[in-house]
Amino acid sequence: MKDTSLTARHIPDRLDSPLRAALLSWPSLLLAVAIALFVLNALASPYFLSPWALSDATFNFTEKAIIALAMALLIISGEIDLSVASIIALASTMMGLALQFGVGTPGLVAIGLLTGAACGVFNGLLVTRLALPSIVVTIGTMSFFRGISYITLGDQAFKGYPPSFWYFGQGYVWWVISFEFALFLILAVLFYVLLHRTNFGRQIFVIGNNPVAARFSGVRVERVKFLLFCLTGLMSGVAAVLLTARLASTRPSIAVGWELEVVTMVVLGGVNILGGAGSIQGVVIAAFIMGLVTFGLGLLNVPGIVMSIFIGALLIAVIALPILVRRLRERLTR
Amino acid sequence: MTEPTLALTGISKSFPGVKALNGVSLELYPGEVTALIGENGAGKSTLVKVMTGIYQPDEGQIAVAGTPVTLPSAHAAFEKGITAIHQETVLFDELSVAENIFLGHAPRTRFGTIDWRGMRAEAQRLLTGMGASHISPSARLKELGIANKHLVAVARALSIKADIVIMDEPTAALSHREIEELFALIDMLRRDGRAILFISHKFDEIYRIADRFTVFRDGEMVGKGMVGETGQDEIVRMMVGRSVDQVFPKQEIAIGAPVLRVSGLSHPTEFADISFELNEGEILGFYGLVGAGRSEVMQAIFGITQPSGGTITLDGQPVAPRSPADAVAAGIVYVPEERGKQGVVTELPIFQNISLPSLGKTSRHGFLRLAEEFALSRDYSERLDLRAASLSQSAGTLSGGNQQKVVIAKWLATRPRVIILDEPTKGIDIGSKAAVHAFMGELVAQGLSVIMVSSELPEVMGMSDRIVIMREGRIAGTYANDGRLDAETLVRMAADIAETAA
Repeated sequence: MKDTSLTARHIPDRLDSPLRAALLSWPSLLLAVAIALFVLNALASPYFLSPWALSDATFNFTEKAIIALAMALLIISGEIDLSVASIIALASTMMGLALQFGVGTPGLVAIGLLTGAACGVFNGLLVTRLALPSIVVTIGTMSFFRGISYITLGDQAFKGYPPSFWYFGQGYVWWVISFEFALFLILAVLFYVLLHRTNFGRQIFVIGNNPVAARFSGVRVERVKFLLFCLTGLMSGVAAVLLTARLASTRPSIAVGWELEVVTMVVLGGVNILGGAGSIQGVVIAAFIMGLVTFGLGLLNVPGIVMSIFIGALLIAVIALPILVRRLRERLTR
Repeated sequence: MTEPTLALTGISKSFPGVKALNGVSLELYPGEVTALIGENGAGKSTLVKVMTGIYQPDEGQIAVAGTPVTLPSAHAAFEKGITAIHQETVLFDELSVAENIFLGHAPRTRFGTIDWRGMRAEAQRLLTGMGASHISPSARLKELGIANKHLVAVARALSIKADIVIMDEPTAALSHREIEELFALIDMLRRDGRAILFISHKFDEIYRIADRFTVFRDGEMVGKGMVGETGQDEIVRMMVGRSVDQVFPKQEIAIGAPVLRVSGLSHPTEFADISFELNEGEILGFYGLVGAGRSEVMQAIFGITQPSGGTITLDGQPVAPRSPADAVAAGIVYVPEERGKQGVVTELPIFQNISLPSLGKTSRHGFLRLAEEFALSRDYSERLDLRAASLSQSAGTLSGGNQQKVVIAKWLATRPRVIILDEPTKGIDIGSKAAVHAFMGELVAQGLSVIMVSSELPEVMGMSDRIVIMREGRIAGTYANDGRLDAETLVRMAADIAETAA
């Protein structure tokens, strides 16, 4: 077949309407699940629907969700950072140390954020300069960062954070809207724009899908990955400030196991664990789902150990489900 | 006439957009070496995959020792006594030599466990019988060089008593002495009565080792015979075949001043002392055998690998790209041979593939502007006559030819000075080939300069203004393509065949 017509053939931008595509997407499905959980919670407990109860519920997930925003970008690019919880511990310890030298609230916040960013730089250099797999590097730094925390603190705790510092973890911006929650919402919008509306975000997707073709297309792959590790470290620093302010103390065991909950949140949000696909909308809704589930189980007096079983099961289910659905569909079309 | 050990008749195999094999036949006789000859893309590798059960033919019969068989899997081919020794033979680096030889058919003890001692002894016996007693059966395979790995592969073939041994360019990575050792081994297999298929580009090797030959061109069998009764020129003519002056849309363009100048470019292992000039409005062809180092030179110019020496100047300015991003910024772009791996991001939509290197232009302050991206993509897709349902379709759903158009569109949108095309029409259908060729003509008409790496003679001779021939990492010659240059000379230069008395 040879088309010899001189007029160029017109190729449309898209065939499906974007609205239709959005309705069938994973975030839409998640939203339905979130609404169902909300209704279930409301039916299960008479206290759930009060504004203050709902406000309290948000504290369960905002700190983790803030890290999940950056982690989503990192996982979409094909990397992962398992040291985030340990970064919280180290950042919190550094703030506690600074407190012993009489550093005030602005200084404490700056130290928390800087420690987080520095840990991110460290991870990023190891992964991009030495070309090591990030899962191995960050399992290493996971022990390393928390190890420093344990050496510094032993079985002690730093206490005595000034009340002005508490605001970041306990304060309210307006009525029942906590500072933490407001910050999460603002960051969610910023990350949405970064991932879905900028050149940088587009490059993240390209790298996650095919790092070789990305490089062959002139994308500076290592630079993008390095910046994403820094960003994840910085967000862990933010979470460290919030959590330390909420607890008003630092122990070396702070935020133990959070890395898995953060990754669960990201994967539940529809981010492909192998990289290349995902959305911030999905991660935000997934954060709410995790919050609703934990809060709902809490209202029903389910012990914490059962909750961790539940979260583990949820993680396996969300990873396995899309694969099972695809296999089923392939079998049906065959 | 003896019955062939393996007979393939009327084998056809199609892939989306390409007919790789079209009714080809091949016979292998016991105790004889048959050479399979053809240009790259002639269908040799596809045929090997059919013979080893990796591909299923669309049509045609396969008979082993006169009995029709089907080869639904690699294992089935193995059981029928067919084994292949590839350039990159499928062996296991972490296993021992003996384990590699006997994988899948290891001798057993009474208790059903592997008889390790017996296995090592048998491996030693096989290797010694091959004159390869220097290889220890308990050595890890990764400790061996490529030549010794080949020997292990041959030992494996002997151990399964394979009657049909396929050698796909086995000498590509071997030294002269190692090649002689391999040939001694082939002689041994031949005396043993095995049927051997020997695939090589090198005529001296074919004349040294083969009894028969079969020539493939464009997925069809175009000739066969006895090597001893056929002259080299005749085989070259069969291989090149179709009149080289087939219609190529090459227009006469005034060649301008030098644009790209490469001098003394060297790499520790891949190439040495590469010097050439590329002029404005010129198509410079790079011809050579696979492994001659052409792609490696181009990738160094594009900043993917770092050369160990030499200089590159573009428009008189020295450039030393440390990454593709640097090269693109300087105005040098590269359309890779490995389209699916290095060219397109198959999961992403067409428009995102095309706009990727031009995002700086379509965006504002780093923020995407989809309308601009679509406009840019549409402009170049339509100029290249891309066949797609929509620009939001993922690039992986396109045929090979249309994927290639996406890659070319991506680079044209950056408005480069020099475009390097590495095997631009490899594995794509005739229609897309013509579109790519036509577009190359348009490019140079607009003052771009083109480097075209190609192993297809008609393409090189039809499109190039000048032709650089590379052999074993060095430039073997540079010719003006002015009609006096003939295909046979090119093949001889590339394969280092001495001129025969005309």
